[in-house]
Amino acid sequence: MDVWIELLISTCLILGASFALIGSIGLSRLPDFFMRLHGPTKSTTLGVGGMVLGSLLYFSSRGEGLSLHEVLITLFLLITAPVSAHMLAKAAMHLKLERSSKTQGEPWEQ
Amino acid sequence: MTMIRTWLPHPLQSLFLWVLWLLLVNQVSLGHVMLGAILGWALPFLVHLLWPDPPVIRQPITLLRFLGRVHWDILTANLQVAALILGPTQRLRPAFFELPLDMDNDFAIALLASTVSLTPGTVSADVSADRRHLLIHALDVDDIDKAIAHIKQRYESPLKEIFGC
Amino acid sequence: MLTIAIGIAFTLMTIALLLNLHRLLVGPDIPDRILALDTAYINTIALLMLFGIYRQSDLFFEAALLIAVTGFVSTIAVTKYLLRGDIIE
Repeated sequence: MDVWIELLISTCLILGASFALIGSIGLSRLPDFFMRLHGPTKSTTLGVGGMVLGSLLYFSSRGEGLSLHEVLITLFLLITAPVSAHMLAKAAMHLKLERSSKTQGEPWEQ
Repeated sequence: MTMIRTWLPHPLQSLFLWVLWLLLVNQVSLGHVMLGAILGWALPFLVHLLWPDPPVIRQPITLLRFLGRVHWDILTANLQVAALILGPTQRLRPAFFELPLDMDNDFAIALLASTVSLTPGTVSADVSADRRHLLIHALDVDDIDKAIAHIKQRYESPLKEIFGC
Repeated sequence: MLTIAIGIAFTLMTIALLLNLHRLLVGPDIPDRILALDTAYINTIALLMLFGIYRQSDLFFEAALLIAVTGFVSTIAVTKYLLRGDIIE
């Protein structure tokens, strides 16, 4: 395998894993539920995106033709991640979870 | 033209399903190309009862530009959110705010809500029953009016153009 | 080089999953735990893709796709239950 392609794949994999890790750090570190919601919906999606790109490059560079089906996972996650975040936010508002005291504005009654 | 409309009522949906099938089997052989074409043609007939009012795309080029912009924003959003998460959490200024909506198409509103969730530091939390307001939670915001104007100008106005509503 | 990169990525993903486990165990509320599970399944997808490259096998893609589908549906089902006390009304 070409060194440059290998370097590109490695970068994709490590960047993807770092983003997934940052999302999980946000999940365990931020003070209230609504803020925790931000980490996983964005960083983890991009984390999987990086992995998918690495995997796509790897399997396409083996000389057995293009392998594009990994794109489906990113596509699916891009569609579903906002929906689950939305539903989780609604459930949290319904249960009237505590918010950080600095939060401006009020959530709606559910 | 009416002939095409009768036999292929949802050309974009059919094309999407066909590409989806080819991606799923991960090979382009004659058999799968034909099977995918048949599925892409038949499935819209079966599901159009569940989706009585499909949106009409008025401006495909604006849609492509919009998708490109959203992908770019997802990338930068992640870098921003990563910096916020790793920085001191006491300094964050979270906020709930309402975004007044100017659209009446359910699909366009859903697309806007998803876009808001995927881009910089905001998550859409609820939409009001009359579809006039979107409740948004932001991770770190200093001027709420500016944030609302940003979302309206960057994401809502292209969506309004695309779906013509 | 690729082997080293895969090793580093495996380590990072393991730490991420442990952090999810931490949130799953301490809670404090049910939505927090659901969010932890939601993040954990997305991280598992990434881990499976990585494992596929490590084993040089295309097979793990199907498993990853299945986890994506079932994970999404179960998150929605549980949040729906919290919201309405029922899943299918």
